[in-house]
Amino acid sequence: MSPLDLLLEPLQYDFMVRAIVTTVIAAVVCALLSCWLVLVGWSLMGDAVSHAVLPGVVLAYVLGAPFALGALVFGFLAVALIGAIRGTSRVKEDAAIGIVFTTLFALGLVLISVTPSQTDLNHIIFGNILGVSTADLVQIGILAAVAFVVLVVKRRDLTLYAFDPMHAHAIGLSPRFLGALLLGLLALTAVVALQVVGVILVVAMLIIPGATAYLLTDRFGRMLVIAPVMSAICSVVGIYLSYWLDAASGGLVVVVQGVAFTLVYLFAPRHGLLGRYLTTRPVAVPAG
Amino acid sequence: MTANQDATNQATGTRAAAIQVADVVVRYGEVLALDGVSLSVGPGRVTGLIGMNGSGKSTLFKSIMGMVRPDRGRVLIDGADPVVARREGRVGYVPQSEDVDWAFPVSVRDVVMMGRYGRQGLTRRARPADHAAVADALDRVELTDYADRQIGQLSGGQRKRAFVARGIAQDARTLLLDEPFAGVDKRSEATIVRLLKELAADGRTVLVSTHDLHALPRLADEAVLLLHRVLFHGDVSEALRPENLARAFGLDGVDVLDHEGSV
Repeated sequence: MSPLDLLLEPLQYDFMVRAIVTTVIAAVVCALLSCWLVLVGWSLMGDAVSHAVLPGVVLAYVLGAPFALGALVFGFLAVALIGAIRGTSRVKEDAAIGIVFTTLFALGLVLISVTPSQTDLNHIIFGNILGVSTADLVQIGILAAVAFVVLVVKRRDLTLYAFDPMHAHAIGLSPRFLGALLLGLLALTAVVALQVVGVILVVAMLIIPGATAYLLTDRFGRMLVIAPVMSAICSVVGIYLSYWLDAASGGLVVVVQGVAFTLVYLFAPRHGLLGRYLTTRPVAVPAG
Repeated sequence: MTANQDATNQATGTRAAAIQVADVVVRYGEVLALDGVSLSVGPGRVTGLIGMNGSGKSTLFKSIMGMVRPDRGRVLIDGADPVVARREGRVGYVPQSEDVDWAFPVSVRDVVMMGRYGRQGLTRRARPADHAAVADALDRVELTDYADRQIGQLSGGQRKRAFVARGIAQDARTLLLDEPFAGVDKRSEATIVRLLKELAADGRTVLVSTHDLHALPRLADEAVLLLHRVLFHGDVSEALRPENLARAFGLDGVDVLDHEGSV
């Protein structure tokens, strides 16, 4: 079998084409958002919100409401609960996050177990990229497009929020609004990605691409290009691997992302382990 | 402040307060950070805000900027609610070094451009006037050659100047600087002092919170000693008299000043 056949064979199947398109869409939007999450220091929050949306998605399914709506409600509920526990007790933030998201996630599991049609909902936990229907693809595409447009239009404000919220406030912007916007996008994006890799692994797509890009450049604008491109490539590679190895697609997408991060962590020119080792050795550096 | 207003103020013999703090009380739970602070700071002058750690300096800054809502009292900027001043981009802020993520992937030029965001459209796309203002501000703080460096690749003094440039690009009439001399070498300190005096000479209001008492006589036109309330407001030389410093810092403060030159 020639290399070209290796690439083309899976594309004979409609479900594979849909899987690849969906994965790339989710990968791009998650990767964009991840650039801000890693810089604001919200990786744990991303983890928490992406798990906490589960009961919201299940309830939306039961009530026939859009998944995104349920996810948004529970995403904000999670953040509000975390803030309330931290602010009104002696429990620290990391513990508050751990308590809230695991409890909400567990609530989601309980709701799934008592909901008649279990097959669909179990896919939410582990992802079911090969079973994406055209209708799913349309829904994911719309949500992703909304998140993408908002992120691109508001990118400079969000970056200012991440870098210096005090200055944002001083020039009349609302850091509170920008933080809430980022949270809303987080919940929205979690819904997009959970079809691909499932609730448990969504956080990988929300952290790894941004962290990888951060090691490759000192320009935020370039991060916004590097992260989605890398994430999309990794996702497609992961899907192909899952086809040829007949292994879990969501899992492989994340494993490939992790491998890419490892390579960058080791070999990135300036901020990689090797690069730093080389530059810290005595080399003549021009003054200035 | 316009030339017209200046003329009016001179004619009436009073100087309109750029920052007016009236009987502000701020409580954090059990802790009383500000206990009835009243303060009036005029334009065209550099005012030093002196107090030890925990004296309420940062809280006062936050109250002036509207980040903290006072439990009592009010703040006026240019005679109006600070919300108006903020919306019009009249308040500039230079953060403390510890409050900045120096590894953040932005260039010096990016940071200075952030001063222009309040004047830009929905997506904050820079127009020619914005680029010109940024270039001008960079030139004024002598960082033109460093414009494309990542912000963390500057020295301590250059970092401060980058943030001052942001305030200049913003054309802020009121500049608040939080500990601008911490981690700054003597030469950069002199540059920053000169810059702040120039900005005040433009008619801007410059309020500087600092530990560095030695820079104070060169920097400030007047000084405020703060310990949860205003202990003293007036001449710098008088503020630095041992009995006044003893009240603001306790006797230890004077001791440290004698031995190390700063508190």
